[in-house]
Amino acid sequence: MDQILIQTLHGLVNGMVLAMVASGLTLIFGIMDIVNFAHGDLLMLGAFVGASVLGMTGNYWLALLVAAIVIALLGAVLQVTTLRPLIGRDPLTTILATFGVSLVVQKYALWQWGPSVRQISEPVHGDFTLFHLQYPWYRIVTALLAGLIIGALWLFLKYGKYGIWIRATTQDRVMAQAMGIPVPLVYTAVFAIGSAMAAASGVLFGPFAGVTQTMGFDFTLRAFIVVVVGGMGNLGGSILASIFVSLLEAYAAIVVSPAQAVIVSFIVLVLTMLFRPTGLFVPTPK
Amino acid sequence: MLVLDNVDAHYGKSHVLHGVSIEVRAGEVVGLLGRNGVGKTTTLKAIMGMARRTGGRITFEGNDLHGVPPHGLAGLGIAWVPEERRIFRLLTVLENLRTGLDRPGITPARREGLLEKVYAYFPILRERRNQAGGTLSGGEQQMLAIARAMVLEPKIILLDEPTEGLMPRMVAQIQEIVHALHRDGVAILLVEQNVPLTLDAAGRVYIMEKGTVRHHASSAELRADQRVIHEYLGV
Repeated sequence: MDQILIQTLHGLVNGMVLAMVASGLTLIFGIMDIVNFAHGDLLMLGAFVGASVLGMTGNYWLALLVAAIVIALLGAVLQVTTLRPLIGRDPLTTILATFGVSLVVQKYALWQWGPSVRQISEPVHGDFTLFHLQYPWYRIVTALLAGLIIGALWLFLKYGKYGIWIRATTQDRVMAQAMGIPVPLVYTAVFAIGSAMAAASGVLFGPFAGVTQTMGFDFTLRAFIVVVVGGMGNLGGSILASIFVSLLEAYAAIVVSPAQAVIVSFIVLVLTMLFRPTGLFVPTPK
Repeated sequence: MLVLDNVDAHYGKSHVLHGVSIEVRAGEVVGLLGRNGVGKTTTLKAIMGMARRTGGRITFEGNDLHGVPPHGLAGLGIAWVPEERRIFRLLTVLENLRTGLDRPGITPARREGLLEKVYAYFPILRERRNQAGGTLSGGEQQMLAIARAMVLEPKIILLDEPTEGLMPRMVAQIQEIVHALHRDGVAILLVEQNVPLTLDAAGRVYIMEKGTVRHHASSAELRADQRVIHEYLGV
């Protein structure tokens, strides 16, 4: 019983971080139809930038902020230089382009920071005792922060002037342009926002497992699974799917080893693709 | 004000418009009649930069529209009410209007005034302001599409088959709105299949056939001599 409770907590915490990664990815896909294979690598780069700023200043929160801003700017530059010229082309070209960006970013990180694992020390110390297990407070703080950031994004999309521009463009870019909405600028801004969310997740997740230049791919893959399971381009669906998949993995880890538990998310992916390819958490299409 | 001079346009490889020349003067309501598929909608899309223009010139207040990005037209004073209405279905009525209201350089008072103005024209939109656009009836969606164009405070509205598929009561309401916009000094390029409505609303009418303008006359002339209408429209 206590194991189930602990794994529930564990699944929720992982689910919130994953939701943050996936919401950036799904936002970009929803508006631009771009499958961004470099998303996890932007997360990795954000974690490295965060680790460097933390090393220099010792201030974790500053590191989080700087990483988000730096990677947002980088995302904007990437969008303008690599993706904007491909608008209207075959989706395959954007997949190849972002895959190329992913490789470049990884090799850059290897060159700049080397192959060893960097640690980000957690800003909140201490554990609390949950039954017989010590559970770090930092994980709880991370889940809450991720929830806050996702909530802020949601409020912005729902009520902000530019949030309405983004939603209108997602639904009908031609009509949005006719209403005077500067769609190319909206695309760049959304890519920057998604990149910033990835970078912030990287810094938040850094203390869990350390930062390496290969950590990105795993995140890209996991985020893709939940984005597909939740329904491509559907923000709420991705968030629910993140928590759902992470909880399943956590429960599976009770029975099998955590490394084997990862298989559960792939099973969910395959079943979703087979029986409900539009996504689990979207209304049935009419 | 809006001049199309010998415009050619293509959709993919098919040549859709052949030397279309049309002029709309400031504050004028001009009708564009013709059967289905003669290029009326494409003419509007060519103005909006959505159909590939391959020849001729389109100018607005003397400025060539070539090179103006699609999102720059609203700022120049050109609004588009498409045939399919293209309501943002998941946005509420108010949010649909906000896509045109939340533009740079508009004061809160002016914004409020514009909103009140369209609500006065279309009281049903005020009632339904927090409802998703996709849940409105066809007629309500048409009103929202026109209201959404109105909040841009355009100098000209490109109005594409506004009465298509609407019941007679709604048609009468749309007709009233066209008159009201005309009184406000907004120019309208009205694409229609409804001949009586067009002759009533427009001062001049162009008749298109096979991607080009075949006839141009005042509405009074066309009302007096219905043969042209019979010839090109078969009604």
